[in-house]
Amino acid sequence: MSEFLAMGGYAWYVWMSYGAVALALIVETVIVRARRKRALDELRMMTPGSSPVGRMRGAR
Amino acid sequence: MLINWYRFSSPVSFYPLAGIGAHAFGILAALCAGAGLFVALYIAPTDATQGDAYRIIYVHVPTAWMAMFIYVVMAGWSALALGFNARLSAMMAQALAPTGALMAALALWTGAFWGRPTWGTYWAWDARMTSTLILLFLYLGVLALRNAIEDPRRADRACALLTLVGAVNVPIIYFSVQWWNTLHQGSSISFTVAPKMAATMVTGILIMTAAAWCYTIAVALARVQSIIVERERGATWLESLIDLRRNVVRRSPA
Repeated sequence: MSEFLAMGGYAWYVWMSYGAVALALIVETVIVRARRKRALDELRMMTPGSSPVGRMRGAR
Repeated sequence: MLINWYRFSSPVSFYPLAGIGAHAFGILAALCAGAGLFVALYIAPTDATQGDAYRIIYVHVPTAWMAMFIYVVMAGWSALALGFNARLSAMMAQALAPTGALMAALALWTGAFWGRPTWGTYWAWDARMTSTLILLFLYLGVLALRNAIEDPRRADRACALLTLVGAVNVPIIYFSVQWWNTLHQGSSISFTVAPKMAATMVTGILIMTAAAWCYTIAVALARVQSIIVERERGATWLESLIDLRRNVVRRSPA
């Protein structure tokens, strides 16, 4: 396991690359999902009584 | 079976479809990324000359390809948006820009961390690297332009125009390694040198690229859903107003 993490002496370069990609993609996913949730929440608040949100299904 | 495709050019009818797509491609992206990482970090053997540093190729090449692909797709949507004054096309272009910027940044970042152990430098003003940096600036320019213009329809046209003008940079990036004497190597995938080794490498790169494609589609679809809700709010509100009025008319004795 420690041999795997050492990456033949290139650990810094390999893990900085893979780590940055993983971090960036996870952060973007979280941001995109939060934005969609916020947009739908605001839409719900704007339209009391009516149900346009029902038509806007498909969001998770 | 006859499908009325024009129906989906309307944001409200596209919305649920985008939700299904975002979910499905999200799952596919996770599966491909899992399989790709397994090949990249476990199955693929250590390179004879570069050691394990070469493994950066499995994240560098897919992100660099995506940075270029996303720009081409964005330019395509922009052309449709300008040519047909299509609202949803402009929204798709808008939804792709942040992910394109991210991919360009990641391509530069992983390139730097691959360049240091192999070339001895994190950065050089090499043609490929400089043109990729310009690609990142183009993405950031499109994003900044969008934020600078209040009216979304005007922003659509301005961003589409900037995107199309900037498209000239994509072939420059692609052919930079042939046109100029660059520090950056030529085509990464070679079937002529060490074929057995290349086969595993190519497989790994292709699976990781599939993951990057699926990820980009999923994120862009989820983002376009937000954009539709944010921008069509007024229209939805208007629609429900009309519905209310209809009820009132129906109830009142004629």
